[in-house]
Amino acid sequence: MASTESATTQSAGTAITPEDIAARGVKADEDIARYALMLGDDSLILAQRLGHWISRAPELEEDVALGNIALDLLGHARFFLTYAGTAWDRSEDDLAYFRDEEQFRSCRLVEQENGDFGRTIARQLIFSYYQYELYRRLANSSDATLAAIAAKALKEVQYHQDHATQWSLRLGHGTEESARRLQEGFDVLWPYVGELFEDVEPIAALGNRAVAPSSLREDTMGRIVSALEEAGMTVPDAKPAYGSDRTGRFSEQRGYILAEMQVLARQHPGATW
Amino acid sequence: MTDQVHSGQEYFEHLIDQDSRVEPRDWMPDAYRKTLVRQVSQHAHSEIIGMQPEANWISRAPSLKRKAILMAKVQDEAGHGLYLYSAAETLGTPRDELNQQLLDGRAKYSSIFNYPARTWADIGAIGWLVDGAAICNQVPLCRASYGPYGRAMVRICKEESFHQRQGWEILYELSHGTEAQHQMAQDAVDRFYGPALQMFGPPDADSPNSQQSMAWKIKRFSNDDLRQRFVDMIVPQAEALGLTLPDPDLAWNEERGHYDYGELDWDEFFAVLKGQGPCNKQRMQRRREAHREGQWVREAAAAYAAKTSRTATSALIGA
Ligand SMILES: [Fe+2]
Ligand SMILES: [Fe+2]
Repeated sequence: MASTESATTQSAGTAITPEDIAARGVKADEDIARYALMLGDDSLILAQRLGHWISRAPELEEDVALGNIALDLLGHARFFLTYAGTAWDRSEDDLAYFRDEEQFRSCRLVEQENGDFGRTIARQLIFSYYQYELYRRLANSSDATLAAIAAKALKEVQYHQDHATQWSLRLGHGTEESARRLQEGFDVLWPYVGELFEDVEPIAALGNRAVAPSSLREDTMGRIVSALEEAGMTVPDAKPAYGSDRTGRFSEQRGYILAEMQVLARQHPGATW
Repeated sequence: MTDQVHSGQEYFEHLIDQDSRVEPRDWMPDAYRKTLVRQVSQHAHSEIIGMQPEANWISRAPSLKRKAILMAKVQDEAGHGLYLYSAAETLGTPRDELNQQLLDGRAKYSSIFNYPARTWADIGAIGWLVDGAAICNQVPLCRASYGPYGRAMVRICKEESFHQRQGWEILYELSHGTEAQHQMAQDAVDRFYGPALQMFGPPDADSPNSQQSMAWKIKRFSNDDLRQRFVDMIVPQAEALGLTLPDPDLAWNEERGHYDYGELDWDEFFAVLKGQGPCNKQRMQRRREAHREGQWVREAAAAYAAKTSRTATSALIGA
């Protein structure tokens, strides 16, 4: 269970901040920036989704835990977006609030509605395992900024993984109802898992500065499948949903998410907050 | 711990006289215990219900930095609820029972949370005025005679001052931003000023229980004293913000060395307290829904814990 230490005092003490990324004075090139956007958008959208649980979780400890995870993800998103923005002289907020649907690069897994707690945990399990494998490798990127962000995020994602694993065991082996709901969660989400491992643009151009998603597939899926089995779940027999290219062309949710997230900022363009 | 056997009323009174702490194992009068359970659990419920108006703005916060700060703040409030339920449990009432009292409408929470957070500026006003009033109320509670309560308040107060500051900063940015932003800030302060002053409870003359709480050193200052401190604190802060407070009678009183302030609308206060606030129904509804929808999750966790502890036990005895 998550600690109940103050989240606010914790975050005040952490070593690197988005401002530090900006202050490094390193300018990302366009390809790196597009890659960083993809990583940042995933975390930003998932933070937005998980934030909805705060004040609605099954128990107070989970308001705190899911809040912690959302806060970590938001922090990672801010690093990636700040870094991406150096390519175009745009701030993290320009990128988060003033890009349209077609310009986001998030995967559909994180865009899916929270559903019940079972579905949220199923998504957490898949996504945290994926991010863990990703950041573990990205920490060795030849791009020093990406490597630093990944190394910092890795420690936090390890906790996300743990949280998801513990809950999938509890739900999978808890009651009949909880096992059914967790299984339903995996069933609903499974068509969107494949997108995580697609080598979309501009991966090919980045060489060892990035981690090719396809190179993560085997290890990540192996671990996810074992986790499902340990939780007594059946690995869903579902083919990937068409359109696994992160463009949003085949996403119904992205528009709603952005409409809510961006509404106030767009009512006051140019304002500071 | 001393070897002496301290029993009953005499030792309790001795502790109170000495400004010492009463601890869970000490004897205490039933009425003292009851008062504390009520006060501490109401305080916990307020932290929990108070998450709702602010949580509504997490998804729409206008910058990522503000979103992160707000998320952390609302999460802190959940943590405050947890510390306080733990403190209340040391008095012998389990958290489930306290929670049930809230869900059944038998327990109260601070009425301020029955007002809506309509705009982003309301998030600023809540931080500055509502958390600010909470600080004025809670700093003296750090010395409350009941040990676990006082210690919980020490932890909480540290975080509350951050909460107030982030609210003040939101309003400062708005007040010094565009015309529309300034207007948004002023409007929020206009709506939250009165209800924030009422957070200290009715005037002393109408607050019959306060006397006993003060004698027990749970409460250290009267409602009106605390309210006065709060007004004295926020008047210069409002000036620094470049915002006005909606009270024509607000004026420095040289003789008293305090600000005078106008009569508050106590009819409104009591109406909201009795359930007629703009959001009473919706706040309770959302809490009940979260509880109901979490039922199967809590059952699963309990079932799993029971199964795994059985397995652990049978492994231990080699069964
Ligand atoms: Fe609090
Ligand atoms: Fe607070």
